Amino acid sequence: MNQTAPTHERVLRPRRGIIALDLARLWHYRDLLWVLVRRDFVARFQQTVLGPLWFVLMPLMQALAFTLIFGKGLRTSTDGLPPFLFYQCGMLGWSYFANVLGTSGNSFQANSAVFTKVYFPRLIVPLSVVIGSLAPFVLQVLVFLAFYVPAALGATAWHANYLALALLPLAVAQAAVFALGVSLLTSGLSAKYRDLQHGLPFLLQLWMFATPVIYPLSNLGPTARAVAALNPLTPIAEGFRVAFFGVGTVNARLCAVSLAGTLLVFVAGLIAFQRAERTFADTV
Amino acid sequence: MSTPIIEVRHVAKRYQLGGIGLTSLRSEFERWWGAARGRAPVADAGEFWALRDVSFDVQRGEVVGIIGRNGAGKSTLLKILSEITEPTSGEIRLRGQVASLLEVGTGFHPELSGRENIYLNGATLGMRRAEITRKFDEIVAFAEVEKFLDTPVKRYSSGMYVRLAFAVAAHLEPEILIIDEVLAVGDHAFQQKCLGKMQDVARTEGRTVLFVSHNMAAVSRLCHRAVHLAGGGVAAVGPAAEVVSAYLAKATEARGAWTRPADAIRRGKVTFSAARVRDAAGVAIGVVPHSDGFAVELECQEHATTAPWLLRVSIYDAHGHELLAAEDTAAAAARGVQPGRTVRARCVFPPGLLKPGTYTVGVSACELAGDRPVALYEEHEPLLAFEISPQGYEARVGRGVMGVQPEWTFPA
Repeated sequence: MNQTAPTHERVLRPRRGIIALDLARLWHYRDLLWVLVRRDFVARFQQTVLGPLWFVLMPLMQALAFTLIFGKGLRTSTDGLPPFLFYQCGMLGWSYFANVLGTSGNSFQANSAVFTKVYFPRLIVPLSVVIGSLAPFVLQVLVFLAFYVPAALGATAWHANYLALALLPLAVAQAAVFALGVSLLTSGLSAKYRDLQHGLPFLLQLWMFATPVIYPLSNLGPTARAVAALNPLTPIAEGFRVAFFGVGTVNARLCAVSLAGTLLVFVAGLIAFQRAERTFADTV
Repeated sequence: MSTPIIEVRHVAKRYQLGGIGLTSLRSEFERWWGAARGRAPVADAGEFWALRDVSFDVQRGEVVGIIGRNGAGKSTLLKILSEITEPTSGEIRLRGQVASLLEVGTGFHPELSGRENIYLNGATLGMRRAEITRKFDEIVAFAEVEKFLDTPVKRYSSGMYVRLAFAVAAHLEPEILIIDEVLAVGDHAFQQKCLGKMQDVARTEGRTVLFVSHNMAAVSRLCHRAVHLAGGGVAAVGPAAEVVSAYLAKATEARGAWTRPADAIRRGKVTFSAARVRDAAGVAIGVVPHSDGFAVELECQEHATTAPWLLRVSIYDAHGHELLAAEDTAAAAARGVQPGRTVRARCVFPPGLLKPGTYTVGVSACELAGDRPVALYEEHEPLLAFEISPQGYEARVGRGVMGVQPEWTFPA
């Protein structure tokens, strides 16, 4: 054999312990991660006329709908910002999260045909979604910039906050970790309780309205604001507006609560996911 | 002997029969509520040991067959070896990289081209990208799909699909290759090609193959050793030919009629519930005179079928060679798809077909794509046994396998 085959010995026995993250195995399957990212991207637009153009159109149409319904119709506050830009910006952080959770919130059931027939670290599947969803996100940012830059050049009422802009990648990274954590948690739970797979779209919808996406945090009363502070996505959604418009409410306490929540959910997600990974093939 | 590449030690696997139903929050809540009010927990449907105390070794470069009746634990053992599920107790040591092929085409994406699916499937099976690229041409040539490399696999014929899937797995370079019954699909020529490839993999490349099959002739020809599982335990381990003939001898003790045990797990989309061999008068018997015809009667349940399916009755001789396979391909399309019904079938064989001796009968149900069987729902082999008695057989019982007696004439 021309392969350098290290005689790595693997022992299969009943696993114990709460978390047993095998990073070496994950690393061995890194090619699968990229193939899956590519697969999701390519397969999504097979036999569509517009292809990846949908990534551009979808957020635009959504922002347009919000502008018409909430901006023109219900006249909700936009912190004094142009409504179309306000909604586009609010959707930036949110749709990435929603994309990831919507695709990988039910990983076990969705992949049961593969999971019961072939072994690979199951974590690869939600990870591939977290990475793959960055592509539509980046496109969405570019579309936003196409509208934002011309408007910003002529704007006097608002201006970008460059420090916050520099920190935005961190907010995106946190959104990624949080989205992964929630996906792991819901995947793990819905592997056993299928009820959750029906509840997930509803949860996503409610969650969007509970996050300052289509309204600014400043619009909420003190009680509602205290509740909103418990949502780790709150400072992320507000953060995008602080960065691009210099308008919004983000402070150290909000960030600390959000970070702590993210970590907590991520660890809980890992535990739930790994429990499901061990028993899934036996209960399906 | 060197250190074994696979060491299986006291492996057991328990399935909780009651627990499987608990898939919704409501039932969980009801159980919890019942317990909280001091009620006895809902009667547990019990537990089922799919494997108990299984131990054996496999040496590097060996081809080992795993045989046994349905429900003997073969699939469970393969699932544990491929890390799809873990043992309840005991342990397995694997001293090499494993690739398992429990079902052809697992992880294929219908929208992607053949080329992309080779990479996807290879990566799913644990192959590195560079390794796939190196083997790419060989895989394509083996699968005979050169012209369709850039066509989405959903447009492939089922035969092409199966060929591509097997080609990817067979050209991997794992040190241990685990194969479950994939050879039950595809045409005969391709099955032979697959068997040949497996032989090469072991003989010239020195890799280890674990092979589950109902095809006793293939097991005794290809495998060095065989493990016979029965009731979740190891009934015999040894040289393949010996284990196979002991297994067949035991199987022929079966009577001419079979009814599915009430506790047997039902997994397939079509499951058999009863089968019997009948004589010309319709009486279930175990001995058929050579001069009489006989029939194999089947009863099966159709569950969650989505495509037409066929029934197959195979007759095997005492060495495990499949003498004849009768498929109801023509009737399958007319039968259609109708989950929930019970299908009864009778397969009638003419008199004088087989020479006196002992035969076994296997039955299976497969999904059909066009007129080709593509996925195996359920297979029982050997299921029934019967004897052809010499009554009416005029020739000397000896050479050959058939019982047809030609007419001699001597034109002047």
